[in-house]
Amino acid sequence: MLDVLNTFIVELRQAGLPVSLTEHVDAAAAITHVDIADRAVFKDVLRATLVKSEDHTAAFDLAFEVFFAPRSLGGEGDEASEDVSGELGDTPPDQTGLRGPGKGMGAGGGSTMSAEELAKMLEDAIRNDDATLRAQVAQQSVARFAGMEPGRPVGGTYYLYRTLRNLELDQLLEQLVEERRSLGGSMTPLQERLARDELGARIDGLKQAIEAEIRRRLVEDRGAEALARSVRKPLPEDIDVMHATRDEMATLQRALRPLSRKLAVRLARKRRHGRKGPLDFRQTVRRSLSTGGVPIDPRYRHPRPAKPEMIVIADISGSVASFARFTLHLVYAISSQFSKVRAFVFVDGIDEVTHFFDHSDDPGAAVSRINTEANVVWIDGHSDYGHAFRSFHERWGKDVNARTSVLILGDARNNYHASESWVIADLQARARHVYWLNPEPSSYWGSGDSIVGEYAPHCDRVVEVRTLRQLEQFVGELA
Amino acid sequence: MSSKPATPRFDSPQQVADELAAVDYLSDHAIASTVFLSDRLQKPVLVEGPAGTGKTQLAKSVAELTGARLIRLQCYEGLDESKALYEWNYRKQLLRIQASQVGTGEGSLDWNELEEDIFDESFLLTRPLLEAIRAEDPVVLLIDEVDRVELETEALMLEILSEYQVSIPELGTVKAKQIPMVFLTSNNTRELSEALKRRCLFLHVGYPDVERERLIVETRVPGISQELAEQIAQIVRTLRSMDLKKVPSVSETIDWAQTLVVLGKDSISEEDTIATLHVLLKYQSDIERATAELTGTRR
Repeated sequence: MLDVLNTFIVELRQAGLPVSLTEHVDAAAAITHVDIADRAVFKDVLRATLVKSEDHTAAFDLAFEVFFAPRSLGGEGDEASEDVSGELGDTPPDQTGLRGPGKGMGAGGGSTMSAEELAKMLEDAIRNDDATLRAQVAQQSVARFAGMEPGRPVGGTYYLYRTLRNLELDQLLEQLVEERRSLGGSMTPLQERLARDELGARIDGLKQAIEAEIRRRLVEDRGAEALARSVRKPLPEDIDVMHATRDEMATLQRALRPLSRKLAVRLARKRRHGRKGPLDFRQTVRRSLSTGGVPIDPRYRHPRPAKPEMIVIADISGSVASFARFTLHLVYAISSQFSKVRAFVFVDGIDEVTHFFDHSDDPGAAVSRINTEANVVWIDGHSDYGHAFRSFHERWGKDVNARTSVLILGDARNNYHASESWVIADLQARARHVYWLNPEPSSYWGSGDSIVGEYAPHCDRVVEVRTLRQLEQFVGELA
Repeated sequence: MSSKPATPRFDSPQQVADELAAVDYLSDHAIASTVFLSDRLQKPVLVEGPAGTGKTQLAKSVAELTGARLIRLQCYEGLDESKALYEWNYRKQLLRIQASQVGTGEGSLDWNELEEDIFDESFLLTRPLLEAIRAEDPVVLLIDEVDRVELETEALMLEILSEYQVSIPELGTVKAKQIPMVFLTSNNTRELSEALKRRCLFLHVGYPDVERERLIVETRVPGISQELAEQIAQIVRTLRSMDLKKVPSVSETIDWAQTLVVLGKDSISEEDTIATLHVLLKYQSDIERATAELTGTRR
């Protein structure tokens, strides 16, 4: 058992979780106190001892599902009866390859199930929220539609896609909502929304069951460690913003809110504790009365340092759009920490978008308005940093003063236009700081049409910001 | 850790869940397992999650079911040693010194004796952490909102959390007479230090699923009809799936349920929902968005 735990922890570390030796020891001690045959409890115990942050739970869950996948068939509810210690990740399973469709089915079902029967079963499983039936549907449909081939080094996303496409779950949702509508006579929009969400949740349950089933088969085929390697996903804070998939982008958006709250608290604290204010004479004398007039405990006034002003200039051309939107969103989410935030976006023309944020308390909505309403195209809609900077200097250059921090977001891929780097030099001379955030890995800087090197001498710092972690670190140091 | 044999309080996670349910706290399996493990391993539990999901209540309920006294340390910015651990009662010490000076001549103490005398336990003001360690009766220590203290202050707690002892330079080390159960709660407004996290078991308490939320509402709001509880749980789930500034917490769900019961509702219509939405949502923009989405008039 300790060996399994060991390989499991190695996998967690590979996935980026900081599991310390103490935690390893704790986990080993913990599993002696519980019945490890109870899979749910076993999982709770490992999670409580090994995972110390909510952001890491998803990675843990995935690794756990792979390493301690339920091998035997049957409903999800029967997990308790499975012997976990028999599911060693490092011993190859005796039965290689995958079962043919229907072979080795659990109770119910049967190998000769037709497509109609399956569809019927699926419908019943969702309509009646039947867990046992759902597990059977998952097994049947994976066997029938996924078309899994032994030995292929894939993570299973493709199989999931194939299975789901064949089940036509969206259509089923509509059909069941319609069914409820006709059943109850008429439905208020509220009832419809609730019904939709309820059925949607059930269908999500089925999707998870299917995913688990695919994973289980893959583990049997290739062993846990190999699979763990191919399904491993980056932690939310390590996702590359520029190349994020839609799912990853959603994860990032979710991570943004707690992050901005954390940053706001940190910045506010830092400003308050940076230095002490002047001596508060009245309070000091008042306190000294309790020590016989000796001012043992001097009191200070709270310092009130001025908040910095922030000007954000963001490239929103195709290649870096998601990064710019993301960073703008974050800056506005912590805008209470700045006395004023102004935002400018450009492609080859430049436009101020501050007013989008002013009338909205939802930065997300404002950011999406930028795409449709900002006037950023001058000639051809290809990035032209030089022209954008020059226009900025002409129209708003005088607004930059010693209290302003200028934040420039972009990859400095200028399509071989003139750099006009004197603008940045001029800004630096007048602003408090000029920072440049570049979403490209620093090894790419200066290659091809990237001219970040021409701007860099005029910036206080040029920072590579590819991930949330780097962004958080930068903003934390900023104020 | 295992060198200190103590009689375990619970036999199985299931027992924890049952006993928590008996004091009206509906746990899930993760909560029950972690509390069970915390008792067995004699380790503190760090409970993290959004506000209003019953983190503090968990500590209170565990205290209630084990018949222990709850000692609570509410953390805030600027909390220091003298408020969390102990403080010398220097006014009393000052009086003691003055008293000894008044009686010069026979009966006065020399300095060494006096020094020993004024750093005696009777001059010590115990604060929650030390109190929990020195308690003779069973206690549950709750360190509430630990994320509010500064990083440096966290270090104060480390000795207590791992060794269950407090070192006072003038007195020596005070060891716990019995190992208390310790709960730390955090709203995750900042990253806690690795050192603290390493010493704790981690428990994330999120929003419950529909089924559990319904049960919570039924337990916490007596006299609610089953239908209403069910509807409430479903509406709250739908609200949580929206992109709101602040989604409703469990305690707000309970408030809402109570409001509806006071209004004498057995089931809830669309108008009632919209009219009482302000109990659940705390921002005008959220209320507007939720109204629009629930009534199907999307912007």
